[in-house]
Amino acid sequence: MPEPILQIQALDAHYGDFQALYGVDMEVSEGEVLAIIGSNGAGKTTLMRSITGLLSNGPSQIKYRSEDISGLRADEVAMRGLAMVPEGRQLFPSLSVRENLMIGAQVGRKGPWTLDEVYKLFPILDERKDQQSTSLSGGQQQMVAIGRALMANPDLILFDEISLGLAPIIIKDIYDALPGIIGEGMSAIIVEQDISKALSVSSRVYCLQEGRVSLEGASDTVSREDISRAYFGIE
Amino acid sequence: MDWLNAVVQGTLLGGLYALFAAGLSLIFGVMRLVNIGHGDLIVLAAYLGLTVTTATGMHPLFALIVVVPTMAVIGYVLQRGLLNQTLGDDLLPPLLVTFGLSVILQNGLLEIYSADPQKLEAGALETASFAVGGLNLGVLPVLTFAVAVAVIWGLQWTFYHTALGRAFRAVSDNQDIAQLMGLNRRHIFGVAMALALGVTAIAGILLGIRTSFDPSIGGGRLIFGFEAVIIGGLGNLWGTLAGGVILGVAQTVGAKIDPGWQVLSGHIAFLIILAIRPNGLFPRISA
Amino acid sequence: MTLQDYHVTRSSNAARVAAILGALALVILVAAPWWAGRADMRLMGELFLYLALASLWNLMAGYAGLVSVGQQAFVGFGGYMLFALTMFAGLHPIAAIVCAGVLGALVSIPVAVLIFRLRGAYFAIGTWVIAEVFRLGFAQISSLGGGSGSSLPVAIVKSLASKRAMRESLSYWLALGAAVIVVTAVYLFLRSRKGLALTAIRDNELAAGSLGIDIWRTKFIVYVVTSALTAMIGALIFLQKLRISPDAAFSVNDWTAFVIFIVVIGGIGTIEGPIIGTLVFFALRETLADLGTIYLIVLGVVAIVMMLKAPKGIWGLIRSRFDLQLFPLGYRVIAPGKSDKS
Repeated sequence: MPEPILQIQALDAHYGDFQALYGVDMEVSEGEVLAIIGSNGAGKTTLMRSITGLLSNGPSQIKYRSEDISGLRADEVAMRGLAMVPEGRQLFPSLSVRENLMIGAQVGRKGPWTLDEVYKLFPILDERKDQQSTSLSGGQQQMVAIGRALMANPDLILFDEISLGLAPIIIKDIYDALPGIIGEGMSAIIVEQDISKALSVSSRVYCLQEGRVSLEGASDTVSREDISRAYFGIE
Repeated sequence: MDWLNAVVQGTLLGGLYALFAAGLSLIFGVMRLVNIGHGDLIVLAAYLGLTVTTATGMHPLFALIVVVPTMAVIGYVLQRGLLNQTLGDDLLPPLLVTFGLSVILQNGLLEIYSADPQKLEAGALETASFAVGGLNLGVLPVLTFAVAVAVIWGLQWTFYHTALGRAFRAVSDNQDIAQLMGLNRRHIFGVAMALALGVTAIAGILLGIRTSFDPSIGGGRLIFGFEAVIIGGLGNLWGTLAGGVILGVAQTVGAKIDPGWQVLSGHIAFLIILAIRPNGLFPRISA
Repeated sequence: MTLQDYHVTRSSNAARVAAILGALALVILVAAPWWAGRADMRLMGELFLYLALASLWNLMAGYAGLVSVGQQAFVGFGGYMLFALTMFAGLHPIAAIVCAGVLGALVSIPVAVLIFRLRGAYFAIGTWVIAEVFRLGFAQISSLGGGSGSSLPVAIVKSLASKRAMRESLSYWLALGAAVIVVTAVYLFLRSRKGLALTAIRDNELAAGSLGIDIWRTKFIVYVVTSALTAMIGALIFLQKLRISPDAAFSVNDWTAFVIFIVVIGGIGTIEGPIIGTLVFFALRETLADLGTIYLIVLGVVAIVMMLKAPKGIWGLIRSRFDLQLFPLGYRVIAPGKSDKS
């Protein structure tokens, strides 16, 4: 098995008195695409916030390329080559499309992705580059959010609910583009409520239920029954 | 002609008020912080200018070379060491901490420099003037206004055409996501405060050349700057300049009616605009 | 153990003991003219007036979220009304104090309408602008001495009581009475439905709004009532001082900075906080006042450290350790077999 790029061990997460994650263990190998599924409130977004450093973690719960990143701030984690396409896109409204993409390159990492490459991937963004990001359609905004993460030339990219709130045809376009994006030696974690989409692009899948890992397996071998049991908690 | 003169002088005075206001406007725009100690920091800059000019015999305008970076460093340290700890959803901590800071600064200056009024000696610049179409314009007020325009243009350019400005806007929009882009908001806030106090340094020196000052005048300068920001509309730097001009004109025209009414008529103009246009004349962001 | 065994109560042993001790202290304080010296009485009178100002500011900032740095507007206004009404309208000083309160309420209405347009910190500076307008406005009135101010005529002072000792006792009792009335009024207000609404707004403005609480109106009422009472306290302050000037009447340091420090150090958003804060403030002042400006710097540093390290003040620290509430506002559930522990 190849060296893991990300290792999560016994991760707990709290919001005040509320505990959102209980002892989550997870591993992402170099070049692997991992899917995380689970219903609303299962802890998927909390897990993303923990990995990216937006939530503070206990010591040595998260290791990135064997380095303990649990205590790092989000910007320090980003510098190490971890980027996220956040849920709900969350573009910067006072920045133009081009500026939104440029700010992704703020971490200053070299790599294949440049402004031109992103425009090649999503030509519509080139046409709209000087518009305010809020004037774009939902699908176009999602392209900006993906482009923004790519501009960081990350080694590990996190997609949080990228199909949420988009029309099926747009979702299809974006998922069709994904292999071309991730193909460049990047590892990825895809968080999805749309199970079949998630399974179609990933090699392994984790299911979260009420803050715990309820299922772990290869995406092409897990059975529907296993998934629905892990997803809904029905025995 | 007298009235026209009052309006022109007021416009030029508005340049100084815009400089008081620019720093306030900048830090509110980036981190939604309102610094009650802002006026006392302007006075601090004037006193730093006094110390530099008396120690070296330098012209106060040259003293800017020392005072601007010094104030910028003070700003960065202040933000990272103290003010960053107050930021959050609760309104009270930043307000009360900067209020405490104001009292500390004011009394610290009193302790060091005493309550005696001081002035920065700028030689011929203080009295030099030239005639334009029957009006007599002081070189210093014209210079002040030109500096205000340049500073606001510079801030505007920084905000919209540099990576730093992009970072300012991104952090202001969404601190968490900006952090994901590798921007350390604590550092960005520190840089914003450094920039704001750099502008404050210019304002303080020009104030000190124009009039005499003592440690107690900070509150008044904060209020003028604040009024210019609100009149112009939050988050709009050119609006802030317009706000400063309106305030300045209201004051000089008021003083023309009755010398005792100078400051009062500025406040009244502010209250009238607040009553008619609560979001200011050129609003860009809501508070 | 069934649910019926639990009971809900507002009172507690600590509160009952505090009430008894408080009543006892009040009796001793009322009797001060018979046991205290003149200087001590003056100091205590001043302390009571600061306690009243602090309790009022705390009601606004700590409960209604209206952080004002311009309460000196109403202190000065009240002071000037005392002088104007006694000198020009021939009112008895005590009647003038009551009228000052009514006028303070009337003036605060348009002020509130105007500055409630400003949010948060900008509201704070807006209140300061109002205070400046008052200061500069009163400085223009030459019959009240303009910028240099005026003294209260001897005849008016004598109308309060002909003997000096009696006047001093009376002014002491007025200050004590004002403090008791203000603290009691704030306490009763917070226990009322309106007070409950206020606490709800402080805890969550959005949720309170959705529960049908008219936030603007509630805050407006608090602002007007606080302004009226602050004006009355202002009148009392300048009845003690017997001399008024715009700079003294509308001093941001004396009537706002100190008051804010008292509340922050004592514990903002609690009734007990201003009481403790006032005691600490006067203790500091009496021991450090010789240091002059250094004393003010120390006060500023203490307030900043308090705000950052213990935002609930001294009372917050005490309460978190001992679960005390001397002015019972909240309800507590008492489990059977356990007495007086929430």
